[in-house]
Amino acid sequence: MSAEPFLLLAAALFCVGLFGALTQQSIVMLMMGLELMLGGVILAAATVWRHFAPATADGQVLIIVAVTAMALEMAVGFAVVTALFRSRETDMTDMAAELKE
Amino acid sequence: MEFVVFWVPAVLAVGCGALVFRFDSMARATFSLLASLLCTGGLVVLLGLDYLGVVVVLMMTLEMSVMAVFMVMYMMNPAGLTPMTMTHNTRAAAVVCGLLFALLAAGILSAPWPDRRGRPPDDPTLDLGMSLMGPQMLTMMTLAMALFATIVATVVLATRRGRYDRLGDGLRARRADDPVPGGVGR
Repeated sequence: MSAEPFLLLAAALFCVGLFGALTQQSIVMLMMGLELMLGGVILAAATVWRHFAPATADGQVLIIVAVTAMALEMAVGFAVVTALFRSRETDMTDMAAELKE
Repeated sequence: MEFVVFWVPAVLAVGCGALVFRFDSMARATFSLLASLLCTGGLVVLLGLDYLGVVVVLMMTLEMSVMAVFMVMYMMNPAGLTPMTMTHNTRAAAVVCGLLFALLAAGILSAPWPDRRGRPPDDPTLDLGMSLMGPQMLTMMTLAMALFATIVATVVLATRRGRYDRLGDGLRARRADDPVPGGVGR
């Protein structure tokens, strides 16, 4: 199977995730969008490894980086939500806009 | 066969991914995201990366279980019993994402992709391990440091009491004001 369908799927996942990250008000839902975007990145990296450069492991290393980024994003995201909830009783991006004002 | 093996998980991945932002119930949204990421992991296996595909599947299963707990803890309306909109700027975001997808699709379909160089090794996992312990060791060490920094940062962010709560505004208290005193000699 050629690389294009996989890359198109990765692009679709990335764009759906971006839509979620841009539209959701809740920080936890926003993080779900980011997870989907990183899922697209993982798929694209696997495709590039398989179809263009299978001889080196660079594509696989990129997947490891993306998976680690997913874990870090989740952990820090939940810690920020916890800190925000403790001080402001909120979990929405629009209610945490002190720096904007 | 190839058609089914690729297109069923592909359609499920995008469909479940889109449903995440349609569900009112947080548990459904979380498990929809899990389904989407499991399909992604399955496709990574299909691409020949068995180990990384299984890592993605296992990690996402655990991550989404944790996420479900946090969702129920923090969301205003976790069960979705009183539907409410929790979105903003939907139309502009849809335009941005549509344009981006069109741009990416045009690039994917029109780019002169290079021919495959070399062939996949017999054991890609061994290749990955040798690479991480060899030429890519700096990447691995950077990831390790990032993970360690995250552990520290999450504990600092999530803890209720900081050092000023324990030792006073000037940090001059001789004895830390802890709810449960403890430690050696304190």
